[in-house]
Amino acid sequence: MRDTIPMVVGGIPFGILFGALAVNAGISPFGTQAMSLFVFAGSAQFIAAGLVAKNVGALFIVFTTLVVNLRHALYSATLAPYLRHVKARWLPLMGFTLTDETFVIVSKRFEERGALPYGQWYFLGSAAFLYADWQLCTLVGIVAGQTIPNPQEWGLDFAATVTFTGMIVSMLRNRSTGLAVIVAGVVAMLANPLPNRLGLMLAAMAGVVAGVIGKSLFREDQVRHE
Amino acid sequence: MNEALTIGGMALVTFLIRYPVLAIVGKIDMPKRIFEALRYVAPSVLAALVIPMVLLPNGQPIQRPFDAIPLVSTILAALVMWRSKNLLATVIAGIAAFLILRATLPLFVS
Repeated sequence: MRDTIPMVVGGIPFGILFGALAVNAGISPFGTQAMSLFVFAGSAQFIAAGLVAKNVGALFIVFTTLVVNLRHALYSATLAPYLRHVKARWLPLMGFTLTDETFVIVSKRFEERGALPYGQWYFLGSAAFLYADWQLCTLVGIVAGQTIPNPQEWGLDFAATVTFTGMIVSMLRNRSTGLAVIVAGVVAMLANPLPNRLGLMLAAMAGVVAGVIGKSLFREDQVRHE
Repeated sequence: MNEALTIGGMALVTFLIRYPVLAIVGKIDMPKRIFEALRYVAPSVLAALVIPMVLLPNGQPIQRPFDAIPLVSTILAALVMWRSKNLLATVIAGIAAFLILRATLPLFVS
């Protein structure tokens, strides 16, 4: 519990801001709370609110969520070796509640102490605390958001752009990632006139290929950056 | 935008990213190369989304100072993220810069 408190406090403004932005973006109060209850993924929810404000279709929002949350597969892969002894029935719940915050807290604990016999309780206790925090803050944000007029003046559509930018910067841990970002950006600009977001797919693939090539080019296998 | 469809879809993909790996990786060994390539998917897609949004506001190249507001605010947000490593501070700084520039630029440039 004590290890989770800083994350709970850090999540408060984010949860309130999400609730306020989402209702002003045009998501119903009920839908906003439902998103927090069932999706439970802060950055993705935040970006979804920004995209709803831009009148983007459901399919594209779901696709963006997939992309933004792909990092969670890495978290799962990192934690899984420590959870081999955990009964299978707990794993869906752990999967559902795995967030950036939980990962940071739990992986640190496991790295320090190895696989604990009751590791699942440490994981779920921390996650439950964060889940309750997120629900409550969303609710506060919904109420606050409904009382604030003129949502269009907030620069809401720009929120998605800066959130994406912040996430890119946080991922720039090595040169190969930088190369992937640059190549993806250049291809996206060149392919921008293509219809149906084809340019986006091309740019993403080019970025991944550039990253993989860059990884061996810069010999990042030999040097540990993390 | 269909709200139930959007939220249901988001919930489903998020769960399908988090859970299966947790269940499978403990039992079998996944090819390491796939995970290494996965690392580059998110930054690549995000860059492919953001860079045209910022360099081609409204689908057109930047022509007037007013068009450069998203670019300037985004660069500022990137610097805040790089320095602070705090996503919330970054989002607030970026939106604040965007709103302040949008409100004050007309005072200097006609």
